[in-house]
Amino acid sequence: MADKQKKNLPPDAQNYQAFQQQRETKRPLFKNCIKAFLVGGFICFIGQIISTFYIYFFNFTEQTAGNPTVATLIFITMLLTGFGVYDRIGQFAGAGSAVPVTGFGNAVISSAIEHRTEGFVLGVGTNMLKLAGPVIVYGVFSAFVIALIKTILIKWGGL
Amino acid sequence: MIFFWAFVVGGIICVIGQIMFDVFKLSPAHTLSILVVSGAILDGFGLYEPLIDFAGAGVTVPITSFGNSLVHGAMAEAEKHGLVGVVTGMFEVTSAGISAAIIFGFIGALIFKPKG
Repeated sequence: MADKQKKNLPPDAQNYQAFQQQRETKRPLFKNCIKAFLVGGFICFIGQIISTFYIYFFNFTEQTAGNPTVATLIFITMLLTGFGVYDRIGQFAGAGSAVPVTGFGNAVISSAIEHRTEGFVLGVGTNMLKLAGPVIVYGVFSAFVIALIKTILIKWGGL
Repeated sequence: MIFFWAFVVGGIICVIGQIMFDVFKLSPAHTLSILVVSGAILDGFGLYEPLIDFAGAGVTVPITSFGNSLVHGAMAEAEKHGLVGVVTGMFEVTSAGISAAIIFGFIGALIFKPKG
């Protein structure tokens, strides 16, 4: 809460907030980072195995193998999410399981499964991209701005 | 060797995400949005491709690659069709991630029942 707002509160509430801040459990930053590093690294390592598979057997290059790899990982995520395993990994790993695309897949798939009781159009259809929406919106808009600037620079700036 | 670098670089990106969670107290949605935008910016400066050559899946698996492939698709189409291509080409490369998420999300909703 902002300091300005804090001053307007009655003294009891101020005391309570100080007390709450004191008692708040400190997040173990170092330990969390190690967990995120190991799990995130492991997911990327599996991704690399899948990429290598696509490069050797389906003639993809290092640059283009990312796409089928991502699709395969999201398929695996579907199974893990459906059986409730991904949630447990997520509790342990924090950002380690949220930052790779599997986290994006998990956000889409889990909200689809969660809302199926509300019906397939209004439940699954409307809620599927609820959590993943910001990623798509900001990704698309920033990519648009960047590509626009770059195209203008190349066409008329002689870059 | 690329397996080692995929592990290390992918891990480092996740640690950056964890620091945003814990130190800056950002929500997962904010963190992921920032990572996607930074992926797009890195590709704007042409820095993402060398990273893929260096670390492979270490940079194509984290969500930052979304930003990268969005810019990539837009730029590829812009070379052919000019400014209109920026809009029409956007999803050309990224489509795999988003369509896979939607397709498997729907299949998942058909097969699995919510828990708890």
